[in-house]
Amino acid sequence: MEFLKNLFKPKPKREAAKIDRLPNGSFTVDSSCRILTSTLPQSFPVSVVADIGQAVVEAFREGQGAGIPLTELQFHFGSLKITAREQRGGAMIFLAPIR
Amino acid sequence: MKNGSIRGAMGQAHKILVLDDDPDFRELCQELLATLPSEPEVNAASSGSHAIALLDSEPHSLLMTDLKMPNMDGFQVLSIVKRRFPNLKTIVMTGVSDDDLRDRAYAIGIDLFIEKPKTPSEFKLFVDCVDSLLVREEHGGFRGVQSKSLSDIVQMESMSMTSTTLKVTNGPLVGKIWLVGGDLIDAEVGDEKGEEAFKRIMGWKSGTFENLPADESRERNIFASVQGLLLDSAQTLDEIAAGEVPGSGGEKAEGTSSGLSQLAKQGGLEFIVTADLKKKRNFTIDQFACEDPDLVAKWARDTMNRFSELGEMLRAGKLNNIAGVGSQRNIGMAGNGDEMICLGLNPKMKPKDILETTKKVAVQWSS
Repeated sequence: MEFLKNLFKPKPKREAAKIDRLPNGSFTVDSSCRILTSTLPQSFPVSVVADIGQAVVEAFREGQGAGIPLTELQFHFGSLKITAREQRGGAMIFLAPIR
Repeated sequence: MKNGSIRGAMGQAHKILVLDDDPDFRELCQELLATLPSEPEVNAASSGSHAIALLDSEPHSLLMTDLKMPNMDGFQVLSIVKRRFPNLKTIVMTGVSDDDLRDRAYAIGIDLFIEKPKTPSEFKLFVDCVDSLLVREEHGGFRGVQSKSLSDIVQMESMSMTSTTLKVTNGPLVGKIWLVGGDLIDAEVGDEKGEEAFKRIMGWKSGTFENLPADESRERNIFASVQGLLLDSAQTLDEIAAGEVPGSGGEKAEGTSSGLSQLAKQGGLEFIVTADLKKKRNFTIDQFACEDPDLVAKWARDTMNRFSELGEMLRAGKLNNIAGVGSQRNIGMAGNGDEMICLGLNPKMKPKDILETTKKVAVQWSS
């Protein structure tokens, strides 16, 4: 009985990606937001890297649509700076904690 | 973890949270602070996440934090804490003397930045500083202009015939007001001096101030009375708030874009668009000299909101500014929580200047 209970016990849900340390490194994405290269630590969740890449590519693309074609975007957070350079519809993105 | 719990003067013991990764310094702080006359309850945390959990679990009066810590550093902790517990007093204790760190910490809205004490006299000063901050809170006092307006502060300094120099910081803008024997002698902000500078500083809604030593040799550039100037400033602010052109005797301003046109006098500015950040539909837009404000506002709003969410997820603190470089036009963006401003800037402007101009204009706009 106990064996069956264990067998059908619902598996715990996957926890949301935890960010314990601000990332330091860079990565590139193509125009489809696919990650091409990355120097970010392996511990940094790939899903978060993809989210950043997508947000950056959309910011460049929608900026172009709004009549503001940009080649570089810098996002200044309290503790992190994200710099993104447009590359043929994709982007090269640098993440640097502010010390 | 907890030291004394005798009630303070207001009937409740102050709770102080010391955040430092150095166990020796934490222990020392706990011992020192327990000797304060108000006999506070002193808790300690060794990491940012531990400190936030403690603050969540019970209200504290004061957080004292180190800056350099592994994983979440002091700035990250302060960014979260300032948003989640806006009434919590905060002190930064650091082992290094660095003006940049000091400016950044004050820009976040901390109450005090002190170097970690090393000598007996520094320890005494350290304890006195903490005590005065707690006492100030007990008596409803203030450090910045969050609980008292700047006008109140100037009035009080003037009425008490004080000689002092008030240094007022509002984001990247720094203003100074010189008082000698209660007389208003001069004011300065950027290139402006005298009455104009005084009125500009009085228009700031928030910030922090410090009392610097009096400078009696300062050349006098203001000859009007303090009361008269404070009245003028208050009237101007009331007129702007009522949507009137200041000094026009009630003439209505044409939308708020007359305010934006004032901002546009900043060198290198080509257009300005402001918009609500929170409303999902029918958001308000105001603009100056923008060809397609709806499209620009939508893009700017979406970008600000998208990256603010990313910042939350990364625990990277508040999204302060966005700078964009383009061949046709550079862009600067900033938000104040509810609204955002997007600036179209001359494409020849360097990235560093884009950021500085954006910060300055955003502060003036928020004020």
